[in-house]
Amino acid sequence: MLRIDRRLLSHIEWPLFLLAVMVTAIGLCTIFSATYRVDQGLSSHVVRQLTWAGLGLVLMLIAIGIDYRTLSRYAYPIYAALIVALILTLFLGTKGGGARRWLGYGPLALQPSEFMKVGLVLVLAHVLHRWAGEPRLALRRLIGPAILIAIPAFLILKQPDLGTVIALAMGAFTLLMVAGLPVRLLVIAALVLAPFGKIAFDHLKPYQKNRLISFRNPEADPLGTGYHVLQSQIAIGSGQVHGKGYLNGTQNKLSFLPEQHTDFIFSVYAEEWGFLGATALLLLYLGLVLRGAYIASRARDNLGALLAAGLTGTIFWQAVINIGMTSGALPVVGITLPFLSYGGSSMLALLASVGLLMNISMRRYTF
Amino acid sequence: MFGKHEVSPAVRRRISIASALAVVALLLLGARLWNLQVLRGEELTTLSENNRVRLRRLPATRGRVVDRTGKVLIDSQASFDAVLVPEDAKDLPTVVETLAQYLGQSTAETQAILDRAAGRPAFQEVLVKRNLNFDEVAAIETHQLELPGVSLRVTPSRRYPNGPTLAHVLGYVGEVTPAEIERDSRYRPGDVIGKSGLEKAWEAELRGVDGGQQVEVDAFGRELRVLDEADATPGQTLVLSIDLDLQLVAEQALGDQAGSIVVLDPRNGDVLAMVSEPSFDPNAFTGGIKPELWRELVHHPRHPLNARATQGQYPPGSTFKIIMAAAALEEGIINPFTHIGCRGSLFYGNHTFRCWKKGGHGAPNVHEALVGSCDVFFYQVGARLGVDTIAKYARAFGLGAPTGIDIGAERGGTIPDTAWKQKVLKAPWYKGETLSVAIGQGYVTATPLQMATAVATISTGVRQRPRLVQRVEALDGSAVREIAPQAVERLPVRETVLKQVQEALVDTVGRGTGNKARLPDIAVGGKTGTSQVVTIGATRLKASQMKWNQRDHAWFVAFAPAEAPTIAVATLVEHAEGGGGAIAAPITKQVLRAYFQLQAEREGGVRVAQN
Repeated sequence: MLRIDRRLLSHIEWPLFLLAVMVTAIGLCTIFSATYRVDQGLSSHVVRQLTWAGLGLVLMLIAIGIDYRTLSRYAYPIYAALIVALILTLFLGTKGGGARRWLGYGPLALQPSEFMKVGLVLVLAHVLHRWAGEPRLALRRLIGPAILIAIPAFLILKQPDLGTVIALAMGAFTLLMVAGLPVRLLVIAALVLAPFGKIAFDHLKPYQKNRLISFRNPEADPLGTGYHVLQSQIAIGSGQVHGKGYLNGTQNKLSFLPEQHTDFIFSVYAEEWGFLGATALLLLYLGLVLRGAYIASRARDNLGALLAAGLTGTIFWQAVINIGMTSGALPVVGITLPFLSYGGSSMLALLASVGLLMNISMRRYTF
Repeated sequence: MFGKHEVSPAVRRRISIASALAVVALLLLGARLWNLQVLRGEELTTLSENNRVRLRRLPATRGRVVDRTGKVLIDSQASFDAVLVPEDAKDLPTVVETLAQYLGQSTAETQAILDRAAGRPAFQEVLVKRNLNFDEVAAIETHQLELPGVSLRVTPSRRYPNGPTLAHVLGYVGEVTPAEIERDSRYRPGDVIGKSGLEKAWEAELRGVDGGQQVEVDAFGRELRVLDEADATPGQTLVLSIDLDLQLVAEQALGDQAGSIVVLDPRNGDVLAMVSEPSFDPNAFTGGIKPELWRELVHHPRHPLNARATQGQYPPGSTFKIIMAAAALEEGIINPFTHIGCRGSLFYGNHTFRCWKKGGHGAPNVHEALVGSCDVFFYQVGARLGVDTIAKYARAFGLGAPTGIDIGAERGGTIPDTAWKQKVLKAPWYKGETLSVAIGQGYVTATPLQMATAVATISTGVRQRPRLVQRVEALDGSAVREIAPQAVERLPVRETVLKQVQEALVDTVGRGTGNKARLPDIAVGGKTGTSQVVTIGATRLKASQMKWNQRDHAWFVAFAPAEAPTIAVATLVEHAEGGGGAIAAPITKQVLRAYFQLQAEREGGVRVAQN
């Protein structure tokens, strides 16, 4: 299976690879700053993240090596294995921050939910690519995908990890849209369901309503999330145009930022690098997304197009939602910033996605 | 198969649309960053300097504790604390020196408090002194400018208006320890937590939920404005079964003797009074107890911190004969007409077991043996029952295991049997030891609460779990939770046996050893007990001839009215100046009389109110 065609080597997908390497490097530097203390050298976070990136590179090479059409044939077994891992996580997983997310032991613990982001895209592309060429996706074709999305979503909600479910759903939604999900259908569904939602909301118990309201508007909780977002905005804003300089962010150093090396790493970056640095980072993400889209349109077949669109969409939405929430434009839902946030499983899944995208790009001329 | 291999035009078109949308989304984010970093950049930079926006906790007021009539047993009052944010003090050593002076501390003391707080997150307040007096508050208030970083916090502090009364039941509060924070993440250093008694056992109800404020401060840490706020939810009120008036009478009756009185309602297990003397003032613990005072309490020869009612374990002496009588009658070892001869002592094994009455009791039946508290009768009965059967009945009366009162930290006493001795002492049971057990000596111990439960149980036939908290109320007085009485078990004894023992106990007070507890108009049942602390020597010494801590304990247990009991009392006087009949019975009588008087007054009061 791992037969490397000479024609593959002449078509190596450099732009995407270089973009991914650049954002990962920025991520490592920012994690260094976020966990920096004067009295220590390289923090254990940086070392571990570097290790994960190295492992991710290996995974990326494997992802390039296996033809995505071959991989697609194993979409269901892969998906099923990940579902089993998610179920095991619920019962055997280790806890962190009030949720059961990790499966495994010690430094070898992984988050199956991160890999499900890739697995779900793979299985949806496998199911839908045959009909993607039609002008509009028939309604009955959506039943299978709906179930395929609902099962992992339910299992991850149980952990509970709302952020990952949203990332999963947005990635799947992007793929469905590219596959021809009728937009009109969505609008009609929203209009029909809205009154029911209102009725359901009125029948909720007060504490359940509160939960929903504070989800929609976390600033309703001035002591917890609201305070964090405020501090995060202060950090970003105080970076002004040029930033305070690398390792000079004060909000970060004084530990006002919650989860500064994971969910809120963007505020650390933006405080130190200012508007210029933040814009540069946005441009890098834009580059990744547009290159992903390019790979999708130039793919060899609809399977490759859907796969590339789904993977790119998953990365894109996580970046947008994360930056949106740290800058106070969107509610806080616990989504990490791709390539920048600290996290082993996320890094592995991301580099595997990049590998798959390169895979699709490099096989557009092979038959 | 060399067909046309490429992406369908429809898919391509949709990818272009999606890409366009992505560009728009990233543009919007760019605009957001422009707004924060360029337009509002300077404003937010100011806020970032010196951490201008801070989170301040508003501690919840702890719940109140009231007695069954609504009299306050614990409440909270506002107190001023001095806090310092070291990062706000531009010249920390000078500020520390000045502050120490105003607070009457040495500079070293204040510095030590700050050093202990090292490692806290930056800009978090350090509590320098709690419960400031008026002069200290005024000094800090007027010298604000000399004290950048110092401020006053109003916090609720615990107050026990009745001082040492009920101290062991109510418990006390103190600052949370690192280990306690480890266990429950809702606590922060400096928080108050229940350390003993009800304060500890009902911490979850009493605590409430802290609120907080986002405040903007100036460069000196002085508050400019409150940006946002979440109210604290005060703790819930505990309504106790305790009757404070009766409690005070019982305390007075015991006087300055060491001991305990437990008063129960046998119908539902309500604890009407619970005295442990000597006591201490829980107010001294609020805001941190002074080391000298703590040392004094710990090293006091009479151990005022010891909650005698629930944790003091004493041999029950002759009060245990109630259980022996019930067990022997139920097991058929004797019947009401079985007479056993007593000549003042019994030779058993190779040892002489004495009766407290040198001349002997003649040949009493079980009724007379209880009335006269004949030891020899119960030696004989005990020997025939065997220790394991005795233990079975003692446990049914609630001895040998904690009663399950809702206060925690309760001791269970000891009811020995063969298995117990093998396990704990690794030795076989000797038959002679059963005779000691039969009169509540030897290895047998019980707490005053257990003996109150036992006498309550014989008075009704049903053992109730003692209950201190009747109801949990919200601040507005609405009931959050009613705590229902809980019947643990029915005595494994026939109704006729119950009647026979009860009648003997009524005669014990009417004309026997317990006559000093007699009330003129209400029939009282009761039993005396005088339990030895040291082995009797060749001659029995008078109490006045012995060292205090070698004297006997005096017991009296009672219930009334005999026909339909509503009160059960256990009185224990440690190392008393006389036996149970002479010392503990009159004290019990005062409690019983006060109880019926209070009842009459309150019913009278109700009647007047209705007219």
